[in-house]
Amino acid sequence: MNNVLAVPVLLSLLGAAATFLAGRHPALQRAISISAVAGVSIVAAVLVGMTDTQTLTLWVGGWPAPLGIVLVADRLSALMLLVASLVSLAVLVYSTGQDEDEVRRETPVSIFHPTFLLLVAGVSNAFLAGDLFNLFVSFELLLFASYVLLTMGGTRDRIRAGSVYVVVNLVSSSLFLIALATIYAAAGTVNLAQLAERLAVLPAEVQGVLQALLLGVFSIKAAIFPLSAWLPHSYPTAPAPVTAVFAGLLTKVGVYAIIRTQTLLFPDSSLSLLFGIAGLATMVVGILGAIAQVEIKRLLSFTLVSHIGFMVFGISLGSAAGYAGAIFYAAHHITIQCTLFLVTGLVERVGGSTALDRLGGLAKVMPMLAVLFFVPAVNLAGIPPFSGFIAKLALLQAGVAEGTPLAWALVAGAVLTSLLTLYAMAKVWARAFWGEAPQRTLRNIRRFADPAIGAAMPGLMMGTTLGLLALATGFTVAAGPMYGYVSRSAAALLDGSYVLSVLGGGG
Amino acid sequence: MPANLTLAIVAGCLVAAGVYLITERSLSRILVGVVLASNGINLLFLIASGPAGGPPIIGYTEKSQMSDPLPQAMVLTAIVITLSVAAFVLTMAYRSFQINGHDEVQDDVEDARIRALAQADSTSESYEEIRFSDTGEDVVSE
Repeated sequence: MNNVLAVPVLLSLLGAAATFLAGRHPALQRAISISAVAGVSIVAAVLVGMTDTQTLTLWVGGWPAPLGIVLVADRLSALMLLVASLVSLAVLVYSTGQDEDEVRRETPVSIFHPTFLLLVAGVSNAFLAGDLFNLFVSFELLLFASYVLLTMGGTRDRIRAGSVYVVVNLVSSSLFLIALATIYAAAGTVNLAQLAERLAVLPAEVQGVLQALLLGVFSIKAAIFPLSAWLPHSYPTAPAPVTAVFAGLLTKVGVYAIIRTQTLLFPDSSLSLLFGIAGLATMVVGILGAIAQVEIKRLLSFTLVSHIGFMVFGISLGSAAGYAGAIFYAAHHITIQCTLFLVTGLVERVGGSTALDRLGGLAKVMPMLAVLFFVPAVNLAGIPPFSGFIAKLALLQAGVAEGTPLAWALVAGAVLTSLLTLYAMAKVWARAFWGEAPQRTLRNIRRFADPAIGAAMPGLMMGTTLGLLALATGFTVAAGPMYGYVSRSAAALLDGSYVLSVLGGGG
Repeated sequence: MPANLTLAIVAGCLVAAGVYLITERSLSRILVGVVLASNGINLLFLIASGPAGGPPIIGYTEKSQMSDPLPQAMVLTAIVITLSVAAFVLTMAYRSFQINGHDEVQDDVEDARIRALAQADSTSESYEEIRFSDTGEDVVSE
């Protein structure tokens, strides 16, 4: 039964191989990749149900307990896997709808599907990995896929953005390797559960060095200030579906790795003060950057950085309520940020640009697009009753319960950031959706009268965006049970049951 | 566990040289830097595996004489990853050379624009004043 743990990774890897073979048959390729990711989503949904009662472990290859590579799914992994696979599925369907558009721009579609599936495999493996080296390998897998996706087509802009992205990630991978070598030298294992036992008896200074190394690495991946400058630089140039999936998933994998290593390896963290300050700076600096932008994709990239700060806020508190808030926020933010980028893709298609000074009056000419943008935008800003409000409220309550000066500063920062997010979203709304549509936009829309170009908003693209919106709304409707689930997963993170179920059962 | 000082110093030198090269602008130099640094890091794994021993094959070496096989497996993985990194970065450097005539990592155009605006102490075009009139027609000053 525990073999089901290997399915998400296997399915996406095999799917990648099959789509490579089917490179000359776009329709077959799409069918394979969509069904592979749909399969991953179904398995993830099953895992969410199963892990609520027990933590599943799978010792790959049948090696005796502490020797082999272990895959572990607890509530946190299963939930992240489910949200991630649903978002990837939506992006995949959306990109299918966008294909004609992409062909026009000479993006090689045949390479998109295999790379995308490798990305999904990397992300799934990262959520399930039970040892640090396996986590490193999954990071490399998803990074390589992301290098290819980001520089797809090899245009001037994408090469410029890609080179920064690649170099930054090469540095962080090197740091990760250094951390691994040091940890192996200090503890003689890279298995997370064994490390949890062995690191605790090491001298505090050694623990501090290891923690700082790992936190540094994951902070680069998660784009936590001051290690966040690469993100707004590199994301906006990629095609809309790619930016959407990167924004949704890649930084959250970093956040997941931070939650996992912080709770498991360094439960009495000496760096939580520093981490809290970094979270505060991420929120405020990120959103101030967003306000300065005049291009929607860049603006959204900055809000992405800023809202990572909310998760850091929850993690730095170190309490069960804080972790629960951070996990809920991560699930909410994956969905919403991804939706916003997909909507931006539609804006680009309809308006011919994503620069705010070239857009206008979209609400009048495309009311549906305005609704699609408005709902996730106010959700991101945290207007009740949306899931953004619930997630922020959970974090604020956790912060107030903590009561330390830093926690209060974080609470204040979070409220300020929410207001400024609303301001940034209102700016996009006022500039792009209100007012009169400029001639340029109207010309661009008239283009769609030609049936060869297709509808202004193809059904698939609009449908998947609506689907993601429905998922985000689902978080609001099912907030009670879902918050219960994340509370249980946060409590389990702190009570050491992970180590017991990995090493105790033996499997 | 006695650590090997020579290995540590060599690893340190390699990583230092790598870091120096990574701070360069040209992608090909950065690549050389990454390769140097990752070789240095691979040496770190050798240090982590303890004193050198015989090949870890049962029946070939005494159990107490064996060297630790796990770090070697990790180093192999790391070497493979570095190889593919090298291939990808070379491709990207070549493409950059094709497009721009050089392979340098460039500044962000948008950042430069915002910096220039900040120095000139002016706002961007998106800060046009919007006023709402009673006639139902929005007046945008341009």
